[in-house]
Amino acid sequence: MRDPLPPVFRTWFARRGWRIHPHQLAMIEAARRGESTLLIAPTGGGKTLAGFLPSLIELSEKPVQPPKIHTIYVSPLKALSTNIADSLSRTVAEMGLPVCIETRTGDTSATQRKRQQKTPPHILLTTPESLSLLLSYPDAAGTFAGLRALIIDEVHALAGTKRGDQLALCAARLNTLAPALRRSGLSATVSCPDAIAAWVSPTGNADDIRRVVACEGAEPDVSLLLPDRNGYLPWSGRMGLGSTTAILTEIARTRLTIVFVNSRAQAELLFQELWKHNTDNLPIGLHHGSLGAEKRLRVEQAMAAGQLRAVVATSSLDLGIDWGDVEQIIQVGAPKEVTRLVQRIGRANHRMNEPSRALLAPASRFEVLECEAAKEAVAARDLDGPPPGPGTLDVLAQHIMVTACSGPFFPDALYDEVRRAAPYWALSRKDFDDVLGFVQDGGYALKAYERHHRLFRDSLGQFWVRNERIMKQFRMNIGTIVDTPMLRVRTRGGKQIGEIDEYFASTLVPGDTFLLSGELFRFIGMRDTTVQVSKGSSKEPRIPVYGGNRLSISASLASRVRAMLHNPDAWHVLPEPVRNWLDMQRRRSHLPGADNLLVETFPHRNRWYLVACCFEGRNAHQTLGMLLTKRLEQAGAGPLGFVASDYMLACWSVREPVNIDRLFDEDMLGDDLTEWTANSAMLRRTFRDVAIISGLIERNHPGREKSRRQMTISSDLLYDVLRRHDPDHVLLRATRADAAHGLTDLDRIAAMLKRIRGRIDHVRLSRVSPLSVPLMLELGREKIKGGAGEEQLLAEADALFAEADASG
Amino acid sequence: MTASPVILAGETLLLLPEGAVFHPAGRTLIVADLHLEKSSSRREAGLLLPPYDTGVTLERLTALATHWQPQRIIALGDSFHDREAGERLLSADRARLAVLGEMAELLWLTGNHDPVAPADLPGVWQAEHQEGPLLFRHIPAGVVPPGFAELAGHFHPKARVTLRGHTLSRPCFVMDGRRLLLPASGATTGGLDVRDPAISGLFPGPMQLWLRGRNRLFRMTLRAGDVE
Repeated sequence: MRDPLPPVFRTWFARRGWRIHPHQLAMIEAARRGESTLLIAPTGGGKTLAGFLPSLIELSEKPVQPPKIHTIYVSPLKALSTNIADSLSRTVAEMGLPVCIETRTGDTSATQRKRQQKTPPHILLTTPESLSLLLSYPDAAGTFAGLRALIIDEVHALAGTKRGDQLALCAARLNTLAPALRRSGLSATVSCPDAIAAWVSPTGNADDIRRVVACEGAEPDVSLLLPDRNGYLPWSGRMGLGSTTAILTEIARTRLTIVFVNSRAQAELLFQELWKHNTDNLPIGLHHGSLGAEKRLRVEQAMAAGQLRAVVATSSLDLGIDWGDVEQIIQVGAPKEVTRLVQRIGRANHRMNEPSRALLAPASRFEVLECEAAKEAVAARDLDGPPPGPGTLDVLAQHIMVTACSGPFFPDALYDEVRRAAPYWALSRKDFDDVLGFVQDGGYALKAYERHHRLFRDSLGQFWVRNERIMKQFRMNIGTIVDTPMLRVRTRGGKQIGEIDEYFASTLVPGDTFLLSGELFRFIGMRDTTVQVSKGSSKEPRIPVYGGNRLSISASLASRVRAMLHNPDAWHVLPEPVRNWLDMQRRRSHLPGADNLLVETFPHRNRWYLVACCFEGRNAHQTLGMLLTKRLEQAGAGPLGFVASDYMLACWSVREPVNIDRLFDEDMLGDDLTEWTANSAMLRRTFRDVAIISGLIERNHPGREKSRRQMTISSDLLYDVLRRHDPDHVLLRATRADAAHGLTDLDRIAAMLKRIRGRIDHVRLSRVSPLSVPLMLELGREKIKGGAGEEQLLAEADALFAEADASG
Repeated sequence: MTASPVILAGETLLLLPEGAVFHPAGRTLIVADLHLEKSSSRREAGLLLPPYDTGVTLERLTALATHWQPQRIIALGDSFHDREAGERLLSADRARLAVLGEMAELLWLTGNHDPVAPADLPGVWQAEHQEGPLLFRHIPAGVVPPGFAELAGHFHPKARVTLRGHTLSRPCFVMDGRRLLLPASGATTGGLDVRDPAISGLFPGPMQLWLRGRNRLFRMTLRAGDVE
């Protein structure tokens, strides 16, 4: 049998003292047969190299001169593309291969882009957004005609997201332009490999792709890390600062630790706290998405060079190559998802056959339960995470415009092509036509402004973009990431520190201090769109709050926690403070039982609260929150809002909620929720994203950055106008479909309502109960706007005014 | 819908929950910042916003005119979103404007968005207007002469208030003894918080606010320097 590995590669492996992995060989053999592949391998298994080897071999055997793009590599992170380009270039130089490698991302300069257009590289590393942009140019067909391989890294992180939809559509386009193209998907271990295989497959069918599964490394070694005697385990909170000294002890014990946290705010706080107690001056760094790119790069380099003992990181270090020989990870705060936890644990997996070491540090008494549950789930390899859902229509709208910008198209051919992308295999012709109609003229029931269509149709039936200006405008708005508006933070000297959420910035008063990049800054004021600061000091700095989607506990992990709570026999694993807390709850209120629903009502800060201890996960609680507030509105309680945590739900209202049994009646599900939900802030947020991605409203406009706040207002008003006059408009359908992902299907709530019927344990309290304390601090509150509650608050204020007026 | 009477320069005015003002003595209906054809203003650049805002705004105005039967309707400027707005008007909306022109005399004040009158529309165009002690203009003037009061638009005032820990934001009227700012009447117009110096700077003393509710207005006061 012929050696699949050419001599120059064999020598290279040997010189480095490496042996080629079986899965790397399997990838080479599949590529020789022209097969597309899905490689599932844990971190540290030479996954990326396995993806590139077939292309490197092909290019060494049949050099392509002058260069044409032979292979495209797409990853979700710009930084990852850059980093892999560097290491791949070194490999190619060491072997002396005639292969040119370049990146193309949002950071690529205009000069470089122009040069790439003239002399393309053999291997182009890029992101979904930049690939989409390349496909929108009229020369796209020529650029990609010689393409042989498409490598998609971190498939698990892309499939099921809007960026994933965008990439799947681009990939379908590439297969049309280059029919001989084979694809390679690289993925971490996931709960739904069949769906991921279909996602990568060029036909959208899981059977048309070769699956290569690398062997899993050794079983990870997971344990809990509780605060030591210098620390404390609070009732509530998510930050985990009480574990600081215990974490430091663990860092001192090993060579390199990644301390994973759940939010940027938590990263800032914990970093600050670690340094406060870092008497040995251990080099500890900080890494999160709001730091300047330069700062992040410095930390990555220091890590790779072995200069750091620990890095406090958010999901910014979840993906990608190893930055160093990480020996252990510490997860501080709730793990939330088993799959994510397993991937984080994999970061400490630089030697595949040694067990990864992971410590879980709960941030509150409640989180001890969740950490215990996650430990069990990891041992049982019970991965969670839903399979990727159907492709979104706003992304399709953007892609149709991308295609139109590259040249005229026939709708029938485009429909067939789109359906070869797995997320869109079930797309109906009606939905396709409606989206096309939207791209063409807005797709409104009122046919107006004939002169101003975006696309026009020629006598052959092909669609064209009306003019160059529209294309130029559109290209500036390609992309599916709708950021929470962020503002740059600079010192008066002009030094850039990082970014903070616009909302947080709007709450700052001159003189306030806040933490960023582990340092304290004093807010001076706003200058244009920049936050001006000076170095500050304060005992009580504020912590920047960042918006965006917070991860919620997976359904399977939530049910493990519920089972634990309902079974006092299992409590012996819980530390004493947790048992004390549950005990206090038992004395002041009741404990939630296995087959009832504990509902507490109490006044708090001038409002009435209703707290339901459901333990069904945040998504289910979100839906229940909508149902309950609608009921409260009907009952005249004047609800003002609700907040859902993974464990509980709270609604607050102007008046005391009564008749709790009736409120939770099963027929609640029969209520028509459509109108009530449509009015919610959640749907409005969803619509804003859909409107931006689909191109209804613009994100960038030449010469002027529209104020983001203004944009929010106008998308809200557009939403109202559209709902009233075009309730079946394709973008409203897209919004409802998107939102349905966030709201758990009603089956789960139906089952709960059935289970608890006649078993509602209503406790009326005079103040907040121990169990609901964490909920009072929960972020992500949903307001009920324009309801009877607001009218009543306004009427009260008006009456107070009249009184003062009369007495004055 | 419940109107709120106020007295300005000795004249009784009715503030309406729809965001308009009715002056019973002059039988005048006053609205501000209609921004007609705002949604169609960027169609040439390929932006295809829902084409319903002009119709919605004009229907609301027609309903008000039907109810109050004014002799005259004064639009306080920025009635049309841009210079070409008149050319883009759909025939149905032109018809609505014609009906309004039959119902009352239309007086359009010029604004920064519509400094020039669109062609072939009913009504009279003027930069400013006066009825007794009441002065009407788009952008408030620096000084209002003694004995007079001013009605103006331009700023789209909104008030953000926190009541029992709940923060809400509503379009509102802003008034002191000399000046009344009207909220915007356009269906897709945004707003500016009354604490913004552009608005609060016009009111040296306390600002009296009337916030729009479902079917009434809610009264509040805000003093300069009041921050939550």
